[in-house]
Parts: sequence; C-alpha cells; structure tokens
Amino acid sequence: MIESLFQFEFLQNAFITGIIIGIIAPLLGVFIVVRKLALIADALSHVTLSGIAASLLISKWWVPFAAVNPLYTGMLFSVVGALLIEKLRTVYKHYEELAIPIIMSFGVGLGVIFISLANGFTTDLFGYLFGSVSAVSRTDLYIVIIISVIVIITITAIYKELFVLSFDEEHGQSLGLPAKLIHFIFIVTVALVIAISMRIVGILLVSALMTLPVAASIRLAKSFKQAIIYSILFGELSVIGGLISAYYLDLAPGGTIVVIAAGILLVTILYKKLRLNFKIVG
Amino acid sequence: MKTNTPVIEINHLDYRYDYDFVLENIQLKVNKGDFLAIVGPNGSGKSTLLRLILGLLKKQDGQLLLFGEQIDTFTGWDKIGFVSQKANSFNTGFPATVYEVVRSGLTKKTGMFRFYPKDSKEKVLAALRSVDMEEYIDRNIGELSGGQQQRVFIARAIISNPEVLILDEPTVGVDIQRVEVFYQLLNRLNNERGMTIVIVTHDIGTITDKVSHIAFLNRSIHFYGTIEEMKRLDNEVMSFFYGHNMHLLTSNYEHGGARV
Repeated sequence: MIESLFQFEFLQNAFITGIIIGIIAPLLGVFIVVRKLALIADALSHVTLSGIAASLLISKWWVPFAAVNPLYTGMLFSVVGALLIEKLRTVYKHYEELAIPIIMSFGVGLGVIFISLANGFTTDLFGYLFGSVSAVSRTDLYIVIIISVIVIITITAIYKELFVLSFDEEHGQSLGLPAKLIHFIFIVTVALVIAISMRIVGILLVSALMTLPVAASIRLAKSFKQAIIYSILFGELSVIGGLISAYYLDLAPGGTIVVIAAGILLVTILYKKLRLNFKIVG
Repeated sequence: MKTNTPVIEINHLDYRYDYDFVLENIQLKVNKGDFLAIVGPNGSGKSTLLRLILGLLKKQDGQLLLFGEQIDTFTGWDKIGFVSQKANSFNTGFPATVYEVVRSGLTKKTGMFRFYPKDSKEKVLAALRSVDMEEYIDRNIGELSGGQQQRVFIARAIISNPEVLILDEPTVGVDIQRVEVFYQLLNRLNNERGMTIVIVTHDIGTITDKVSHIAFLNRSIHFYGTIEEMKRLDNEVMSFFYGHNMHLLTSNYEHGGARV
C-alpha cells in the first residue's frame, strides 16, 4: 500500500484529499450537529448531485463543456441550494425545518431528470454517488486544497460568533452579533465542503462524514474544543481506514468510510454505557 | 448610587402583533444605578418590552433611547448584559464547559475577526468568582443544576462589565432557598459596581424588599415608582393596578404563557 502510494498519482490524490476532508467535514459537522442542522447537509448533498448531473448533461449536449470540472457546477448548485434553504426558512417562519425536505426533494428530482436526459447511469456517476479511490484528479485535489484553506480561515475568523449563536442564539442577538450574516457565511462554507467531499465519500454519504464522527465525539467531549478535536480524530480514522480497506477490497470508499465511522460511534456508545454501568456497580 | 443619568428611556411606545396591542403607550425611564423590577401577569407584555429594549424585536411606534441614543442606531450592545430565561435558551446536551460559555460573553467586546484576549482566563475567573462558581470552571454546562447554570449565565453577562444587566424571569427553576442568595448577588452587583439592573418577573412577593423601583405592567404601565411610593398605595389600589388575575399568576406560570 505504502509503495503504491508513492507509485500512483491517483492514490496520492485520493489520500491527500481524504485527509483534508477528514479534517474539514467533521469541523463543520460539529457546528451543524449542535445547531441541529444535520439534515441540511443531506439536502445540500442531493442538490450537489443535481449539479453534477447537470454538468454531465451539458457536456453531452455541448462537448467543450466536458473540460469544465463537474466540481464547479456541484459547488454552484450546492451554494444556490443553501441560499434557497435560508430564503425558505424565512418564508416558513413557523416551520423552518420544512425548507430542508423541499430543497432536498427538488434537488433529487432535478438530478433524476438530468440523469435520464444524459442517458442514465455511467461509471462516472457511480463514482460521484459513492465515492471513488481512482477518480480524484490533480485538479480535483487543487480545488479541494484551495476550498479547504478558505473554509478553515473563514471558520477561524467567525469561530467566536458561531459558538455564541450555536449555543444560545438569543444571547448572540442580544449582544448585537450579525446573526444572519454569520449563519449565511456558515451555510455557504457547508455547501462548499459538501461539494468538494463528494469525490471521496460520494454524495449519498457525505453528510454521514459530517455527522457520525460528531455524534461519537459529543458523547465523550466535555468542552467544545474537545468535541472538535475528537470529531476530527474520528473523521480521520474513518477516512484513512476507509480508503485503505476500499483499496484492498476494491470497494467504493464512501461505504467503507461511513461503516468505519458508524463502528466508531458504536464503540463510543458501548464505552459510555460500560463506564456508566461500572460506575453504578462500583 | 442613584443618579439622574437615564440609561433606558421609553416614550409613547406601542407594540402590536397583527392588530392586537401588546404594549400601549409605555413610558419608562431607568436611571443609572436603579434596580427596577417590571412585574406583571402572564401575557402582560413583559417579555415583549424586554425584547424591544434588547433589540431582539423591531420597534414599531414610539421612542426608545438607550444611553441617550435612538435604539435604531444604537451600537453599544456590549454595555448591556442579558440573562434570558434559562429553560428555553440552550440545549443542555451542548458540549461546552463553563469556561467556554462565560468567555463567550466577551464576543462582542472582542470584535469580529479577532481572537479572545490573552487575559480572558482571568476575566472568566473573576466573573465566576463574583457568582461563587469559580470551582466549576472546567465542568460541562449541562451537568450543572438549574440554579448553577443561571449563575454561570450571569457570569457570562457581567464578564464584559456591562453598565446594565437585564434579566428575564431569572429565578424560574431555581430552588426557593437559592432565590434569596440569587437576589443578594444582584444587590451586590447593584451596590458595589453601580450596575443598573432591570429584572422582569411575575413574582411580586419576593422582590419588593430587594429592588429600588417597580413597574406594574399589563399592556401599559399601571404604576411606576420607587418601592416607598408603592408601599404608600393601599392594597385595593394595588390590585387594581396589577389587574384582577393577581392570584392566578403562580398557577398559570407552569404553562409558560408569558412568552409571546
């Protein structure tokens, strides 16, 4: 494995991308989970899918478009989807969560239409759905690096405000923080991270990488900082373990990554239970 | 520390939800150093008034001045500390320590795109010391009792050294014996630091010997004055001011009807 890693560029691309995504997806995931927005990640990943499908369709109709990386259309759709969700949340003030299924089903519907127009499933599309070790190109890697740097800088810059608003939105507003702006910036970064994660984890499973490591970490963490650190740790474990097993067993990495993340979650739940029992007995 | 510098000034303030007046022609002036209790039954508009003062609701008609500035253009929000009703303000499963929560009170003062100052640990300790919660600094916030959480939220509100502290029903969910200690804490902040305090409560019984001013609110202000002035009113007049549902207050409260 190590040898092939030095030998094959595609493996390097996959691993570096995986390691980066293993950091930023759980990092954003912590905020997503504590803000109870876990479903937004799901909705946006489905919108990203329609973006990818749109790109495949346009390339079929107009060949030069094939030169455009589908990641861009994916990101574009994802960001637009995020903005629409925000807009809908203000329209349905008393049913804020309704925005999520609306956008999600719309995303899927649009995606399915694009896919059928583009003559159905291709291996390409399979890679986008479930992730792929071999599909990550050097350009993909560069896009991932650039977006990740932007996301990390952004989150660092608004960390304080994001924490306050996540913990107690009303308190944040009473401090006069620009709650809407912060939320907007956050949701756009989420959209971008979802779009760049799909090459490795696949669209259908990207939200799992944002939520499962966090679900495990908040069972153990006492502080918010710990929650972030554990989440990233569990995220990395899942991604690296998932990529290695995907490579050896010739599986789609999205599946192996998520199964490992679920395994970690199970272990933390059992650990917490055992410790609790032990405390009661002892 | 009584002065005549107005901190909050409200003139002819109305507030409507659709066409129903929740607040009507409110007149109120809070001077620096005052300890004001706004008392009223459920649905009297207490929370609405408070949310207007905090800028959480947009003002409709009338005038609302904070530190002499119109609220629409007011920016000095770090001068105002707010402690909301504990019960519905945060998710108790939130992974955060007392330290992180109290430090977050410095967010506005620190400013956007900046890290918390280097001495924030000392500031957190000092704020926790004044609410006697120093030894809980590394505890998870969700593990604390309701009263302890409330004190942590006061520490979060006072860490930025605000000039005004506004509390919304702060003693709900706090043990009766702790309520006394809680008011001692507020009195200390009021006397020693000269902090102006505005507290909203439905519980008139416990506060009359603790505050300097009292306002009876039921859609409009029926009485506003010092405690001495209030004591001069006889009971009959008082119950008229306060409205007929006075004895219903405590039993109704369980259903949380006060929030609008």
